[in-house]
Amino acid sequence: MRSRGLLGIILAASVYAGANDTMLIRNATVHPVSGPKQENVSVLVVDGKIAEVGAKIATKGKIKIVEGKGLHVYPGMIDSGSPVGMSEISSVRETTDTGELGDFNPQLRALIAVNPESEHIPVVRANGITSVMVLPGSMGGRGGGGGSIISGQVSMIHLDGWTWEEMEIKRDAALQLVWPAIASRGRGATDDDLPPALAARRMTFAQAKRNQEEEVRKLKEFVEAARRYQKAKAGKEPGLKPDLKFEAMLPVLDGKRPIMVLASREREIREAVDWAERERLKIVLANVREPGKMTEELARKKIPVILGSPFTTPIDDDAAYDEPFTLAALLNKAGVKIAFASFGTQFARNLPYEAGQSVAFGLPYDEALKSVTLNAAEIWGVADQYGSIEPGKWADLVVTDGDLLEVKTNVKMMFIKGAPVDLESKHTKLYKKYLARP
Amino acid sequence: MRTILLGLLTLVGLSAQNTVVIQNGIIHTVTKGTITGSVVIVNGKITEVGEKVMTPAGAKIVDASGKHVIPGIIDCHTHIAVDAINEGSVSVSSMVGVDDVVNNERMDIYRALAGGVTTANVLHGSANAIGGRNVVLKMRWGKDADGLVFKEAKPGLKMALGENPKRQGMQTTGFGAQAGQQNLRYPGTRMGVEDVIREAFTNAKEYQKEWKDYEAKKARGEMALPPRRDLQLETLVEVLEGKRLVHAHCYRADEILMLLRVSQEFGFKIATLQHVLEGYKVAKEIAAAGVGASTFSDWWSYKVEAYDAIPYNAAVLQKKGVLVSLNSDDAGGAELMRRLNTEAGKIMKYGGVTEDEALAMITINPAKQLGIDQYVGSIEAGKQADLVIYDKDPLSIFSKVEKVFIDGQQYFDRDGDMSARPRKEAEKKGLLEKEKETERRNAPQTRRPS
Repeated sequence: MRSRGLLGIILAASVYAGANDTMLIRNATVHPVSGPKQENVSVLVVDGKIAEVGAKIATKGKIKIVEGKGLHVYPGMIDSGSPVGMSEISSVRETTDTGELGDFNPQLRALIAVNPESEHIPVVRANGITSVMVLPGSMGGRGGGGGSIISGQVSMIHLDGWTWEEMEIKRDAALQLVWPAIASRGRGATDDDLPPALAARRMTFAQAKRNQEEEVRKLKEFVEAARRYQKAKAGKEPGLKPDLKFEAMLPVLDGKRPIMVLASREREIREAVDWAERERLKIVLANVREPGKMTEELARKKIPVILGSPFTTPIDDDAAYDEPFTLAALLNKAGVKIAFASFGTQFARNLPYEAGQSVAFGLPYDEALKSVTLNAAEIWGVADQYGSIEPGKWADLVVTDGDLLEVKTNVKMMFIKGAPVDLESKHTKLYKKYLARP
Repeated sequence: MRTILLGLLTLVGLSAQNTVVIQNGIIHTVTKGTITGSVVIVNGKITEVGEKVMTPAGAKIVDASGKHVIPGIIDCHTHIAVDAINEGSVSVSSMVGVDDVVNNERMDIYRALAGGVTTANVLHGSANAIGGRNVVLKMRWGKDADGLVFKEAKPGLKMALGENPKRQGMQTTGFGAQAGQQNLRYPGTRMGVEDVIREAFTNAKEYQKEWKDYEAKKARGEMALPPRRDLQLETLVEVLEGKRLVHAHCYRADEILMLLRVSQEFGFKIATLQHVLEGYKVAKEIAAAGVGASTFSDWWSYKVEAYDAIPYNAAVLQKKGVLVSLNSDDAGGAELMRRLNTEAGKIMKYGGVTEDEALAMITINPAKQLGIDQYVGSIEAGKQADLVIYDKDPLSIFSKVEKVFIDGQQYFDRDGDMSARPRKEAEKKGLLEKEKETERRNAPQTRRPS
């Protein structure tokens, strides 16, 4: 899609003025995220990377000029968890590739099941989202087997590219683990909300607790087995046969790769944190909803948290009505690093509004902006290249006519690695077609 | 005893304070522009709106300086506050209604209220081509089931087209379908859905005629036996006679067109097409039929019939002359209901409607669609005082609801909600302790003296 590579680099010095990924965005309000916003400045992009941000930038020769007057420039947003590209119509199993069968699937890679032609990709990026952590596992709801404890490798991708290889930012960015929860209750508020088939599956707390303990035991056993494999391999034990599942666990066991642990409530969070500490594993908690007394500990142990959409109702009837709205502020105040995820496809484009809604309920604005950009890049280990507008980083840029987190704002332009990205989608095409219907 | 006394005192307080003035706010009247001024409320009704108003002596003053006041939000499609949604065993269930199963204790009422919703159209589900009766409720949290009912609202009936009503007739084993299901129920196709509606209204016309013949004979003084009463058809006759509004769940352009034509053929009117996600494809036909549309802002791709849904739907429909509202479809918990304000804000982005047009989609437009616009939906003298105070621009993601008034009474106050939390927390703790204590006392003893 973009012409880079060896030839491009050799010729860059002489022809970059004509290259697709070299330009000057002029006289805009720039929000670097890593520092305060700067008004009436320009951003110089050379060979896809940010070269300079400043009021007066000297350019050599002819260069593509992008007029930024009255516009805002932000780093591209990062969705820290979504099956975008892996699920087309969520209720049709055939179109969904998340949620493989089996309890332990560390060997699975989300990246290879990303369909670059998915209609969701242009729709999501049109709202300013340039990158996504694509999840191999379902969110515990519909879609596939869905019941895995270890779902596979989460990959970070760009929302642009002819193939998944071109979309790749980091193929094994994290391992997805769904911490077993005590599921004696359905998702609904009361029994009456459940269809009879689900209601029948409800069990007593004691039963559900036994099930959960059994699942945690299986998880621990699996990780211990992987440890034995690791030792045997290091000791070059004769006769050791390769095991793809255990092989995939090695970088995790070394603490090099983080585990994205989905754990919503205090009990699961505590279990996961204690386990990770004992096993010396690096974890990032995800889909946290009721951290309770664990909040301070997460801050102390510097465990980052990926928040799902605040556009949900509190789990319990007697919880404060605004509990999901204030969660981000609460964690931030305690000193926990947060980032947002959509954890879905159809509302993935609303990522900026997740952060915006949290601002209304107490999250400082700058922190909200970071939670969809720089914090995510830091948590997933790509902050040296992405997440803010700083010289040396890739020019993943979003140009808007207003506040990035505001629902009324329009994204006017987008650049991934300095190259312009088409903002048309199935939605804009159908809109134009039928608006013009005589 | 103490609570009863406290309750009495509150009541006395309220009756003495039957005049309220919301002062110095940015008042979005929706129908008559936006002003910085005040709203006077007497006995639950708005008596005056203006930049300068007379403040009656003894009026309760609500300072809204720098804040935004909008009419109470009206959600034209919900399934909250009820204990059942679908009577899914038959394809025509017009003899049942959610008005019979209102549960005033459901938390979704309070949560919707806290999101600025004052009125909700509570509909039967979409399992059947012809569903059940609706009920329009006001979010008067704390009142009994009867006390929630919007008495002046016109009664309605749910209808449904497409995937949902045909699901029980599909022999597919696909994801989400009833795999291996033995008891298939007609219809299983969009053709069958049309037929069910056509058959039902054919029967209703016959039934209507029987009654008319009987009434005519009676009027002439002839001997006549009244027809046997049929509750299923009675509701449909009310539709034929324009006494009951039809709210029809639909997605695809073809089925929308089908329903428009069938209703025209039988001579009844559709009040609203609900969801109507492909409405933008047949906006011209919908506008010509004078039918309203109540849609989502940006839902799509959750099922096949939602794959061509676009967030520009509301804007296209409105530009082509259709009366448009936005709804939540919330069931089992008020989620989208509590942010319909920003759903409206999105339509400014997707299709470029104005601020007033966006606000109208969650206030006066749904009021018109439900036939209650003479009572609510805008801030005008003579209307019921259903008002929401926001701290900032109500169409912005950065705003939140501070106070909600229904019939001039304050039903939600964010400060009050927050300051009551420690007390409620302590009460909950006490109850849990008590429960544990009872359990301990009732626990069977392990060793008993023989």
